[in-house]
Amino acid sequence: MGNPMKIRAASKDGITEVKVLISHEMETGQRKDSAGAIVPAWFIKELTAKHNDKVVLSSEFGSSVSKNPYLAFKFKGGAKGDKVSVSWTDNKGDSRTDEATIA
Amino acid sequence: MNNQRRNVLKTGSGAALLSVLAAAGIIAPGMALAEWNKTAFDAKSMADTLKALGAAAPAESKDVQVTGPDIAENGAVVPVGVTSTLPNVTMVAILIEKNPNALSASFNLPAGTEANVQTRVKMGQTSNVYALVKSDGKFYMANKEIKVTLGGCGG
Repeated sequence: MGNPMKIRAASKDGITEVKVLISHEMETGQRKDSAGAIVPAWFIKELTAKHNDKVVLSSEFGSSVSKNPYLAFKFKGGAKGDKVSVSWTDNKGDSRTDEATIA
Repeated sequence: MNNQRRNVLKTGSGAALLSVLAAAGIIAPGMALAEWNKTAFDAKSMADTLKALGAAAPAESKDVQVTGPDIAENGAVVPVGVTSTLPNVTMVAILIEKNPNALSASFNLPAGTEANVQTRVKMGQTSNVYALVKSDGKFYMANKEIKVTLGGCGG
């Protein structure tokens, strides 16, 4: 389990904008440590965002997404008080889900 | 005699190592994450990546925009966004031509989600950043050159 994500969701004129900040190392597997040994790859592979129980975004990440990934997207619908949840799975099989309420 | 025995040991441990690698690195995550497009993310060149995504020859389109800085001081964190005014966009992908693996991220957009995605990526060096968009089953592409002062992939 990683650290909690920061999720902000705001609804305006029928469109909900979601911003997610994930806490993850996102190692590429190409970097070397001070001893010259390769730091093994460790990155988020899949991320899914749901509005109530409907999927609004499903994405696949490679190792070249930045450390502590940031993601913003918009979907139609979504009312104040609805739930938005985001889950990710990394290449080590770790996963995490966090939830926010649309403001 | 001794030499032969060593050879046998070498081959034996080699095969064992392979199977360990397969078990740890390929089979286990592969089963847990069946959908992750390994071919596309492992592809080195733009052409191979596009092929793996099923988009061999995307058309250049003015209706696809890559947003990002002209110059990124820190290649480890480059804000990149893709927006498109094309109808029925179902997929958006961000590709960085000169990174070790071109494909950075791909997004599947169900109906109702807008073709407007922003994220941050790492860039090893100055490169063209491509946005690939699937609209009505066809692929479109646009690019923008982002200059990188300090690379973000090790170094």
